[in-house]
Order: sequence, then C-alpha cells, then structure tokens
Amino acid sequence: MTFHNLPALQVVIPLISAPLCFLLRRATPAWLLSVAVSWICLAISVLLLRHVLGVGPISYHMGGWMPPWGIEYRVDLLNAFVLVLVSGIGAVVLPYARRSVLFEVGNRRAYLFYTAFLLCLTGLLGMTTTGDAFNVFVFLEISSLASYILISMGRDRRALTASFQYLVMGTIGGTFILIAIGFMYISTGTLNMADLARRLPEVMQMRTVQVAFAFFTVGIGLKLAMFPLHLWLPNAYTYAPSAATSFLASTSTKVAIYLLLRFAYDVFGMPFSFHAMPFGPILLALSSIAILFASVGAIFQNNIKRMFAYSSVAQIGYITLGIGMATATGLTAGILHLFNHALMKGALFLAIGCIVPRLNSMQLADMAGLGRRMPWTMAAIVIAGFSLVGMPLTVGFISKWYLVMAALQKGWWWLALLILVGSLLALIYVWRVIEAAYLREPNPGRDLTAIREAPLSMLVPTWILVLANIWFGINPHLTVGTAGRAAAMLMGLGS
Amino acid sequence: MSTFLGLYNYWIVVLLMMGGFYVVIAQGNLIKKVVGLNIFQTSVFILYISMGKVHGATAPIIARGYHLYTNPIPSVLILTAIVVGVATTAVGSALVVRIYEAYGTMEEDEIHDQDKSL
Repeated sequence: MTFHNLPALQVVIPLISAPLCFLLRRATPAWLLSVAVSWICLAISVLLLRHVLGVGPISYHMGGWMPPWGIEYRVDLLNAFVLVLVSGIGAVVLPYARRSVLFEVGNRRAYLFYTAFLLCLTGLLGMTTTGDAFNVFVFLEISSLASYILISMGRDRRALTASFQYLVMGTIGGTFILIAIGFMYISTGTLNMADLARRLPEVMQMRTVQVAFAFFTVGIGLKLAMFPLHLWLPNAYTYAPSAATSFLASTSTKVAIYLLLRFAYDVFGMPFSFHAMPFGPILLALSSIAILFASVGAIFQNNIKRMFAYSSVAQIGYITLGIGMATATGLTAGILHLFNHALMKGALFLAIGCIVPRLNSMQLADMAGLGRRMPWTMAAIVIAGFSLVGMPLTVGFISKWYLVMAALQKGWWWLALLILVGSLLALIYVWRVIEAAYLREPNPGRDLTAIREAPLSMLVPTWILVLANIWFGINPHLTVGTAGRAAAMLMGLGS
Repeated sequence: MSTFLGLYNYWIVVLLMMGGFYVVIAQGNLIKKVVGLNIFQTSVFILYISMGKVHGATAPIIARGYHLYTNPIPSVLILTAIVVGVATTAVGSALVVRIYEAYGTMEEDEIHDQDKSL
C-alpha cells in the first residue's frame, strides 16, 4: 500500500515539510528536518527507479480519479532517472549547506533558506513525476518562485538584482508555457500528457498546435537557459549562496531539459517536432553557438563562480546538441550528459563554496597559491574541471565520447570537430584556475597562512560528488544503460 | 468583419499581452516592470476564460431550466494561475523593496551605474 503511494509521497513529503521548516524558525532543527526529507526523497526515487527498471512504468492516479480526467503521476525510465538525479543532488547539498548557509546567509535567516530549498525540491520533483500538462506549469512556478528566493539570499546586494532579473525572465517563460498548454487544450480538449500524445497527431496540421509548440519551446528555452535566452543565468549563479548555486545548477536546468525532451519526443512526437517543424536544425544551430560563445565567454571571466556559470551555458549546449540530433545515439548522449553535467557542476560549485568562507573572495587573482593552503578543495576543483573538459576516467569523457560518436554516425564531422574545440576551450578556462591556484605565488598583499582547509562537513559532500564523477566515468554501465533505454523509449523503439 | 468582431475578446488578449510585454521590456522602473508582468499574465487568464465559453450557455452551476453550461475546467485552471500570479507579484514587489533599501533607487539604469562603479 505504501509502495503504491510512493510517486505521490515523493512530492508531498517535501511540500509538507517546507511550512514545518518555516514554523521551526531555528537554523539547526530546520536543517535536520530538510536533510531527513532529502534523504527520504532519495530513498523513494531509488525504489521507484528499481521498480521501473525491473517491472515497468508506474501510473499513479491522484485521489483515485482515473486519467485523463484526474491528475496522473507517471514514472517511466526517463523521469525515474531524473528523479534520482534531483533527489540525489539534494541529499548531498543539504548536509553541506549547514556551514555554508551559516556563513553566507546567516543564522537568523537560515530557516528561510531551508524552507525555500524544500519548496524548490518539491517543484522540481513534481515537474518530473507528473503526467499532467497543467500540473507541470504549477510545479514549474513553485520551483521558480522558490529559486528566486534562494538566489536573493546571496551576500552581495547584486544577488537582489540578479534574482529580480531571473524573476522577470522566468515569469515570461512560465507564462509562455501556460499559453502553450492552453493552445494544446483548445485543440485536443485534454491535459493528460499520454492522452495529448494520442490526440495531437490527429490535429498536427492545425496552426494552433504549431503555435503551441513554438510557445512551449521558447518558454522552456528560457528556463533551461538555451543560448540566446540564457541572460539571467550568469548573474543568478554568481551571486546566489553557494549551496543554492550548486543545487540549481545541477538540477533546475536539467529538469527543464527533461520537460523539453518529454514534450518534443513524447507529447508532440518526433514526426511533428522534427519533420513538420524545424526543431532539429534550430536546436543544433543554437547549441553550436552556445558551445563556442559561452566557452569563450567563460575564458575571460575573473570571478570563478561566473566563469563556471558561463561554462554551464556551454555545457547545456552539449545536452541540447544531443537532443537535436534526433538519433538513438544522440539522444543517449544528451540524457547521459544531463546526468553527468549535474555531477560535474554540483562538485565544482560545492568546492567553490568551500573556498568562499575561507578566502572571502571569488576572484581568480585572490586564489593565487591557494593549492597549498586548501589541497583537498583545490584537488576537487581540478578533478571536476577535468571532467568538464572530458578527460578519460571521468564522466565528461563518457558523454563527449557518445556525442562525438553520434555526430560521426550522422556523418557530421564538423560537429565532432566543434565538440573537440569546445573541450579545448574548456581546458583553457580550467587551466586558468589551476595556474592561479598551484603555479602562482600568493599576492604580496595577501597573507594566506591563516587559511585552513575547509571543514569536513563541507569537504565530504564535495568529494562524494567528485568520486561520483570518477565512479561513473570508470563504470558507466548503469548510466549508459539507463540513458540508452530511455532514449530508445523516446524514439519509440521500445525499451 | 463578423469574425473580426466576434473574436473581440481574443483581440483584447493580444493587445494586453503585447502591451504588458512592452512595459516589461521598455520601462526602467522596477515597479512598472512588475505591473507589466501582471498585465502580461492577466491577458492569459482572459485567454483561458474565453476558450471555455460555450455560446448561449450559462455558468456551470446546475440549475433547473438550463441544459447548456460553460466548460468549467479552464476557469478552474486559471484560478490556480491567478494564485501563481499573485505569488509572483508578491515576490517581485518584495525584491523591489529590498533593492530599494540596498541601492536607494528603483531605476534600472541607476542601479546598473552603481554596480559598475564598485
């Protein structure tokens, strides 16, 4: 009985715990509650993934109402995989958050941070599990509103303007998605995603459906920071508290990409998105530009957090590149990089968060000679950075390998070349960090002798993600297998 | 001509949507941006209500003598969206208050200038 209710509990538990967190009002109890909730969510999502891998998709009917009238929660291979990713990152970031939030947000407002964090987790998990198009919008707004609050809690006052900028662009994106859902409802009379997938092909020729697809793509493009719509991202990631940055960077854009996958391949269907509409070429062109421009942009940043924020835009380009190829290998590479990039960026931003309380700066220039003072933290940045570049034995290599393979299968050698150029550009900006930390002497005006290594409560979560980068790089059967089966399912080849 | 006038509520939707969008982009004052966002969202509410309307039908409350009811689902959906809109306005306005406390201004270009001089 309890097992049957897991898809709902996954979302309901953090949703109920968020106001509890708010009522607790003290930092430590609120933190303990949110850590417990995040671990429960991880356990539930692992159970769900195991069930889906072994038995098959789960369909849960909210309140016992049959779909398509009631709201259906539908867990299949693809969203079970994303659920594990989101709740896993949450379960790693929250134990880390205690010290980091204490320093960056302050003891007095810490409970608000955890409340917003749990609401954000609720929204992201809800967007991933639900099988109802309007429910997607509701959870999208829950997670977005919570992330505006998380970002605004940064120490710098520019966190406020960054959050406002994101609020404006995020609301426009959310409203575009609402318009798209309205047009889908006008043309089919249903909101259930499986039902939409059955009915939309019949009305494929209608202008309304085409407009719905366009609105949806632009709206979700804003949320996932697709290239020309990424302007909110660098500031938001730079000024948000470190724990929030690493959570948002590794989950929020990924869930938006999941929705893009779900709607383009499942709800609208490949014949519509890729043959009737020019979705593939547009996605490929924008992704290529993102990889080049954002990587070059990252090279010229002097703030390390902003550097890796730009790198996020480039890495999202790799994911959408795989999605835009519309082949089984390309899609596998896209889903794989969705997971792997979350591991890399999670580890990187957690490690950067270890530096902030010690050094009190995020400027590369101030980091000169830091490699000797904080060896474990800097080693984490180096390994996660190499993973970003795509060195063998890390997850980055696995996803780049599949991407290049997908490009060569299509005979697009120029695209394979572009992926390699992107990796070289990544090597340049990662090298800038390594050079500053290890090869340069400390600035004369700055005394580094007082700087100690970060506390264990922050180092351990960071290294869990770093080791995950290596583990899934050496032993990729689980991730590649799941991504491959999810891709086959989306392509309609059966799982 | 009759279709043009017959669809007047959709024209209002388009007008409000573009007007709100323009305010968000063109205005430098942050409060005006929040207002613009509100107008933009409201237009979508009208879009939803319009599509649920059945010609010659009454409100979806069962009553004697009526057989034709308006589709209640879009109205119910938009109730949720209105709540989202209220929440967005609240968070947006709260942020503007905090920005005003931190910068002493709500004009976008002045905020930008202050950050540049840092």
